[in-house]
Amino acid sequence: MNDQPRPATRKIPAPAINNESRPFWDAAREGRFLIKRCRACGRAHWYPRLSCPFCFSDVTMWEASAGEGAIYTFSVMRRTDGPSYAIGYVTLDEGPAMLTNFVDCDLEALEIGQRVRLRFQETEGGPPVPVFAPA
Amino acid sequence: MSIKGKAYIGGVFEHPIREATDQSTPQLHAECAKGALADAGLIRDDVDGYFCAGDAPGFGAMSMIDYMGLKVRHMDSTETGGSSYILHVGHAAEAIAAGKCSVALVTLAGRPRQMRGGGLGGGRAMGPSEAPEAGFENIYGGTTHNVYGMCAMRHMYEYGTTSEQLAWIKVAASHHAQWNPHALLREVVTVEEVLASPIIASPLHRLDCCVITDGGGAVIVVSPEVARSLKRPLVKIIGSAEAPKGPRGGGDLDLTFSAGAWSGPAAFAEAGVTPADIKYASIYDSFTITVLMQLEDLGFCAKGDGGRFVADGALISGIGKLPFNTDGGGLCNNHPTNRGGITKVIEAVRQLRGEAHPKVQVPSCDLAIAHGTGGFLGARHGAATLILERE
Ligand SMILES: [Zn+2]
Repeated sequence: MNDQPRPATRKIPAPAINNESRPFWDAAREGRFLIKRCRACGRAHWYPRLSCPFCFSDVTMWEASAGEGAIYTFSVMRRTDGPSYAIGYVTLDEGPAMLTNFVDCDLEALEIGQRVRLRFQETEGGPPVPVFAPA
Repeated sequence: MSIKGKAYIGGVFEHPIREATDQSTPQLHAECAKGALADAGLIRDDVDGYFCAGDAPGFGAMSMIDYMGLKVRHMDSTETGGSSYILHVGHAAEAIAAGKCSVALVTLAGRPRQMRGGGLGGGRAMGPSEAPEAGFENIYGGTTHNVYGMCAMRHMYEYGTTSEQLAWIKVAASHHAQWNPHALLREVVTVEEVLASPIIASPLHRLDCCVITDGGGAVIVVSPEVARSLKRPLVKIIGSAEAPKGPRGGGDLDLTFSAGAWSGPAAFAEAGVTPADIKYASIYDSFTITVLMQLEDLGFCAKGDGGRFVADGALISGIGKLPFNTDGGGLCNNHPTNRGGITKVIEAVRQLRGEAHPKVQVPSCDLAIAHGTGGFLGARHGAATLILERE
């Protein structure tokens, strides 16, 4: 096989930002990774929103995440018209699972359960976005 | 209140076209409508309810109702991706049971092959939008392929499901497609050929993926009174259910099951039958993994046993224990507009009428299921289940 995935250099578009998500992206520009936790039920959720998806309380607070977790699942997209890349879900140590890309790694060596750590990747004209690499 | 026995499928039509170079999308909707009306023995002015989903161009139902000159007193454009049309049949039965209409028309049509990179579904990237999740998800290059691939990867991890087992689903579909003159892919393939096809989104190979076709289909749902006035076999709706599923705030994420785990049991309960009673199954096959997970969710086997269940030709009509997608399915025959729900209903009706191809017709087929998942199996999707009985 001559189609070994190359290192992921897929360009990431600027994320859509609205008033609800702006604090997250402002923090991301400063290299800080925030998640939301509900004061009423105590659970952290992803993606961050004003109302808790678990109990529908409005009292959700931003908190800094350690940005560490484990791969829940992934899929390597084989492209002939651009760089291959890996999409997947990471289960953060704080609880919630989030969709992301896996970067700076051998795409063939990714494994479910593997420990990964967050880094921010530049986007095309927007704030950097959370991606993960092997811890 | 139940819809059991309150409505029938009066007519169906699958557009024979797979490459629509000369037709407009509204024209295809109208051609499908005419085909289903002719199949039922009804005329346009009999229609008093109309159902369509996101493929209907322009202002959806408003545009299509006006274009076709329909005069309806009930309409519904619920959008759950490719499963919409299975769900619409259930909603039509509800509307008929409530006296809101008596002849409901459901149409689907589109031309994704003419709009490479455009159109709906089918390798579509999650794109910029005002969806609440957009900023946090659409940046990662999610497509139908890799979002379904993630489900297959996790299913393999938890249950030991193999690519060989998934390949058997495509093999079964191809055995059926060889008898369908309209099927896009009529060649019988082997497990080895599926495994030898290139990986598109790991662990899914090219032959784990459905076809991309232009075209469409239509279904006419009618009241019992209308059904008995038609010169067609009586196909009765005895159970229907729908369910949504999403990542749910990232809590307890589980990609090994679909919303069919909720819609399936609800539909079976309404129908008063069990999976063991089913003679024929139309199961949405956007990808092979879609079929495997839905069979488990519907209760045809235990969760995690899907790989063993589908292996060794179990889904091939005349050979296996559960004949499925005898038209060749989305994997080989047709996946019009990247939305296969309507073809699932249509082939189930053919089987119940005894009008499937003789090589794939299930003997004395009196109970069938049509089930679908629309959207992104590994993210947000909607399931719809329909249980149909030959009266
Ligand atoms: Zn809460």
